[in-house]
Amino acid sequence: MEPVEIGLWGVPLAILGGAIRASTPFIFVSLGECLTERSGRINLGLEGTLVFGAMSGYAIAFETGNPFIGVLAAAVAGAIFGLVHGWICKFKGVNDIAVGIAMMLFGMGLAFFFGKPYIQPQAPDLPAIPFGWWSDIPQVQAALQVNVLFIFGAVLAVLIAWMFKSTRIGLTIRVVGDSTDAARAMGINPDRVRLLSTAAGGALAGIGGAYLSLHYPGSWTEGVSSGQGLMAIALVIFARWNPINCFWAALLFGGAGALGPALQSVGISEGYYLFFAAPYVLTLILLIMTSSPDRAMQGAPLELSVTK
Amino acid sequence: MVPQNKAVGSPAALPVFPALMPRAEAVLIPLGALFAGFLAFSVFLMLVGKSPIEFFSLVWMGGFSSAFSWQNTLSRVAPLVFAALCVALPARLGLVVIGGEGAIVLGGLAAAVAGTAVVGLPAGLGMALMAIAGMGLGGAWIGAVGALRIKRGVNETISSLLMAYIAIALFNHFVEGPFRDPASLNKPSTLPLDASLRVGDMPFIAAHWGVMAGVIACVLCWILNERTTIGFAARIAGDNVRAAQVQGLPVAKLVIGFTALGGAFAGLAGYFEVAAIHGSANASLIAGYGYTGILVAFLARHNPLAILPVAVLFGGFEAAGGLIQRRMDLPDATILVFQGMVFIIILLSEALYGRLRIFQPAYWEAR
Repeated sequence: MEPVEIGLWGVPLAILGGAIRASTPFIFVSLGECLTERSGRINLGLEGTLVFGAMSGYAIAFETGNPFIGVLAAAVAGAIFGLVHGWICKFKGVNDIAVGIAMMLFGMGLAFFFGKPYIQPQAPDLPAIPFGWWSDIPQVQAALQVNVLFIFGAVLAVLIAWMFKSTRIGLTIRVVGDSTDAARAMGINPDRVRLLSTAAGGALAGIGGAYLSLHYPGSWTEGVSSGQGLMAIALVIFARWNPINCFWAALLFGGAGALGPALQSVGISEGYYLFFAAPYVLTLILLIMTSSPDRAMQGAPLELSVTK
Repeated sequence: MVPQNKAVGSPAALPVFPALMPRAEAVLIPLGALFAGFLAFSVFLMLVGKSPIEFFSLVWMGGFSSAFSWQNTLSRVAPLVFAALCVALPARLGLVVIGGEGAIVLGGLAAAVAGTAVVGLPAGLGMALMAIAGMGLGGAWIGAVGALRIKRGVNETISSLLMAYIAIALFNHFVEGPFRDPASLNKPSTLPLDASLRVGDMPFIAAHWGVMAGVIACVLCWILNERTTIGFAARIAGDNVRAAQVQGLPVAKLVIGFTALGGAFAGLAGYFEVAAIHGSANASLIAGYGYTGILVAFLARHNPLAILPVAVLFGGFEAAGGLIQRRMDLPDATILVFQGMVFIIILLSEALYGRLRIFQPAYWEAR
């Protein structure tokens, strides 16, 4: 189909499309981090998990020919990274932030190491659902190609919010996140809850990585993630540890990331690199606005070292 | 930490060797962890069907065996030392700053741009102005991280890494835009520095003056930390912010000062990379020294004097990287895997402090 001339309308449309397309990794990583942080631990290594998930998902999808097996493999790999992080942080005197940095470097190293042979071949793509069928304009149709993982992420955000609010598991995680002592008094093993929360968070980050390599941008390269994992962690603070807010914030971040390419598509290429920096600047500004110098942050798990 | 046990006699009453044990803990645990890391990486290499013996002998060959390999190693030591100081100084206050890479590239850019502006001035003055430009921008960049932490409570780890991404975007924008040398076609660069502004090699040693500057910086930082009231105040604030505030210590000034100083050193790393190695600011400046520097600082337990030998060790590993890639047919990410493994095991070893009885005076008392 020939592209229809729609002029500057292309910019908001491309941003909407970009928000839907680029937000999925943010959704998964921020939901995963939200889960981990609600249990009172911070995992800064999700950037590494995201990259490793992208590599393992792509490699397995290529070997098996099925993108969903790739997503599953990425989730398993992410869970293993989470287990390692959770296990190391169990020991007294170990700084969970520093462990996150180490896991980030290690995850990226492993992904680049084993990912070399998969840079060339083309793995199968994850299917997308064309929600733009009602329109004749190809740009609208392109913007409304919604990937199945995006929908899964949206459902997951609601599910996790419900879990925190109304289930026993959610209550257990919240108690551990707010007071280790109270949890112990209730007969809960805080280390085990944190270990499992970190593993589950890692699995979600792995799925986010698989989306990167299997759908958008849709190939495995060493530059497949440019800090999305890290921005998603900052996003959790902005979203006040609320899964539903995480979803909306992820959409916002996806849109910010699409700003540069959107402007480029209508011929504005001046300052391309500055628009490229827009998501980082937005993250930083939101972080500054939502942090507080003296009082504890509203909604923050009390055992979280990042807010202490 | 040595427990305050009243039953234990004064350390002077102990023989020399046991009396040294609590101090030896600070050296032996990281060394042990380093070897455990080597061992774990050897297992990894065997799992992927490569010989660890070949790996470590290539590290020796490529990093330390000849004058040429030493030159390679030392040229990496300077940026690693400065990048590690950018982590170690804020760590004194309990801050985990990991965005040194951003200060390195912006420091290099500022120095390169200053270099085109100072043409005509005496070379010594021009070089000093270049270094000041690099240190100033680097210091402001990481100092802002400290200021955000103390004024707004923004987590310094996340903000510093975000700012590293922003710094690299700014760097690319300026190098490919306003400050681009029109003659640099394939690899956008700033205007090449005048030969009189280049930093040369030291006499007798095949390394540029940045290595000497790194050694001096480490010694000065050690004196600052261990022999001045400022360093003492910083340690108190690092242990317990509330206690420091109650005692009236200027916590805000300390945080901003230490982060800015760390950033200034990272900026100086950028200056030396431009003035001694590349001759202009281009993408080669984004080489990941800021990230390896994190590992160096943690392995040195944020002790400025210990940073020097650790930086030499990791400089050697990086110098040998190319040789290892060619001879063993390993991807360039091998060094990253190695560094990640060592880093994790080093952090794991933090759990051992105060746990091993051999390092406690009471153990020797009982014998």
